[in-house]
Amino acid sequence: MSQTTTYRTCPRSGLQFEANAEKLMTANAVTAVVFLLLGGILAIGVVLTRWPAVHWLEAGRFYQVLTAHGLDMLIFWVIFFEIAVLYFCSSTLLRCRLATPKIAWLAFALMLIGAVTNNVAVYQGGSSVMMTSYVPMMAAPSFYLGLILFAVGALIACFVFFGTLVVAKRDQTYQGSVPLVTFGAITACIIAVFTIASGAIILIPTYLLSLGVIDRVDPLVYRTIWWAFGHSSQQINVAAHISIWYAVAAITFGAKPMSERVSRGAFLLYILFLQLASAHHLLSDPGMSTEWKIVNTSYFMYFAVLASMIHGLTVPGAIEVAQRAKGYNKGLFEWLRKAPWGNPTFSGVFISIIGFGFLGGISGVMMGTEQLNMLIHNTVYVPGHFHATVVIGTTLSFMALTYFLIPVLFKREMINPGLAKWQPYLFGLSMYFFCLVMMGAGTLGVPRRHWDLSFSGVAMAYEWPGAAYLMMGLVGIAGVAAIIGGAIYIYITVGSLLWGKRLDQGERSPAPTPIPLTAPTAAVQTYGSTGFAAPGTFVLALVFLVSFVLYYFINWKYLSTLWGLS
Amino acid sequence: MSAILPPAERLWWKHPLDRVEGTWIAIAFVWCLVMFFMMIYWHAYGQQNLSTETYKTTPELFAKKAQAVIDKYTIRTETDGHIPVVAVPPGGDVYLIARLWNFSPILEFEKGQTYRLHMTSMDYNHGFSLQPANINIQIVPGYEHVVTITPNQSGTFSVVCNEYCGIGHHTMVGRIYVK
Repeated sequence: MSQTTTYRTCPRSGLQFEANAEKLMTANAVTAVVFLLLGGILAIGVVLTRWPAVHWLEAGRFYQVLTAHGLDMLIFWVIFFEIAVLYFCSSTLLRCRLATPKIAWLAFALMLIGAVTNNVAVYQGGSSVMMTSYVPMMAAPSFYLGLILFAVGALIACFVFFGTLVVAKRDQTYQGSVPLVTFGAITACIIAVFTIASGAIILIPTYLLSLGVIDRVDPLVYRTIWWAFGHSSQQINVAAHISIWYAVAAITFGAKPMSERVSRGAFLLYILFLQLASAHHLLSDPGMSTEWKIVNTSYFMYFAVLASMIHGLTVPGAIEVAQRAKGYNKGLFEWLRKAPWGNPTFSGVFISIIGFGFLGGISGVMMGTEQLNMLIHNTVYVPGHFHATVVIGTTLSFMALTYFLIPVLFKREMINPGLAKWQPYLFGLSMYFFCLVMMGAGTLGVPRRHWDLSFSGVAMAYEWPGAAYLMMGLVGIAGVAAIIGGAIYIYITVGSLLWGKRLDQGERSPAPTPIPLTAPTAAVQTYGSTGFAAPGTFVLALVFLVSFVLYYFINWKYLSTLWGLS
Repeated sequence: MSAILPPAERLWWKHPLDRVEGTWIAIAFVWCLVMFFMMIYWHAYGQQNLSTETYKTTPELFAKKAQAVIDKYTIRTETDGHIPVVAVPPGGDVYLIARLWNFSPILEFEKGQTYRLHMTSMDYNHGFSLQPANINIQIVPGYEHVVTITPNQSGTFSVVCNEYCGIGHHTMVGRIYVK
């Protein structure tokens, strides 16, 4: 089997790009950014309507815009970008050709057709069913068809990724085990296959229901299986963005994982336990037994939370060790003070790590506790939580990686690097605040997906406390700031692709250059066995633990004041 | 030597752990166990546990049962829509219907007494969000959820629908009085 392709070695990073993979990564990443732009424009409508003093869109338009915003951001933007990441982690990191490029293009085409079909269905009206589209509320058939086509495309892309791993193994482009980042991508991909299968199991009958072929889909069964798709798709994000954290630590600092065994073991815990996610969306539902709720929501004894807590230590830990090796040894935190805070690839990832852990992680565990869930179920606390995970965690990591990819993959000089330096701070920190005030409003009971806090014209209107209005006003302000931060990212990315100075693309060769074998040095042999290698990170981790414990028990205290329920 | 390259040491799984990692894993694991057992502990000693008592139902069946209670225990009507206010004796069964876009009837309870609250939806998913007490429960069509409640504060409470249920979602509010 002869493959006509070429390999280019990037003179700036030393990474080797295969021609087909490079084109596919570009296509997927650029499409992702287009959906981010679309979702960002829709976010303006959402934010300016929920800001009580502005209350911009009328109700029907608001629910329509919110439906499209959820789908474009949570599904289309992240998954298109993740496909690019999967190709990068296989073909580029393993220095091999991409398996079956034609099928990869088919996957891309299906995903694009599906995403467009779904969007068109929402804009036509009659499909303002929110991303969750709970039956028996029905959308147009093309709404479900679009999602199904997209899912099939994404599934095919996952198998192209697996195929590429086989190619690398067979062509012996590397020796030993795959890099940790590739291992993380494999984790993401395995979770993706499970996720997409769940989506198919529930969306295909719902599509048939919308066509009138079958006459009933059970609402509770729908909720259970839909969330195996809806939440697990966010677990793909977690595995993908944690891989990116490790990658950026490696790229920026030359950091190696503190221990391969620990980091890979933590990814393995994700594969084994993250799939139980559908349960924690059903904690306040009828029908499920207490035992089922407790075992599943805790992802079986919180093993997946344990995994995230491990990554939360080992990524900054790896950076600390690398920095200390460079001589930044003074005190606990010189390594952190002397980090390249002006490099948006690093600052984006670091803001992402802290925000994902402190805001997304702690709130996620609180929500996922069986009884505590009743405090915040379906309030704006929920979007507060997942904006911390998906926007601060995933989106900000993807943005940070993009700044690295502009010269390396797209071969362009970044326009306006001065602005890029500030972008992660503006976007990340305004999202921190956005999430905090949203969770604050949610704790006061403010519902999510709700057009009118004032219940104007309603006979038995409920009057929210003034603090709820204040919080929702702050949500509006922080949201606008974050949208400006997002717009700057799109301006820099698209602008660099269009007008950035073209850079030398590097040597092309017809055959891949295998990854040279690195001999285990004495440093490698003794590494990590020296004792307490990352004390600064350990202190940060303890600060995290204390916040976690306090917040967790404050919520139990709050719960204990509620009406008796049994 | 980095996370984007194959591990330099072929037998990486035999590599010793740094004490930072080992200590943290132990601490995190203990904390995970505490959180896991906290849920079980609360079932034994806590007062706020969501009932799992659920029956399959249909809108007709549920409406019939609800109507029987309304006929027997209505003490007055309120608003222009003459929504009945239902006060069942302590320990009794009371029915709350969620439909597009209202909750009915209005319920009246006595503080410190226990009631069996039956809830279902006649159409789409709805949300039972008791404010300002802040208890949030999902209402799923086809399923009758029986929650045993003991109000611990008196006053006027609102039931806000917090599951999106279409264009009138934001007008869907019910009421509960606690004497």
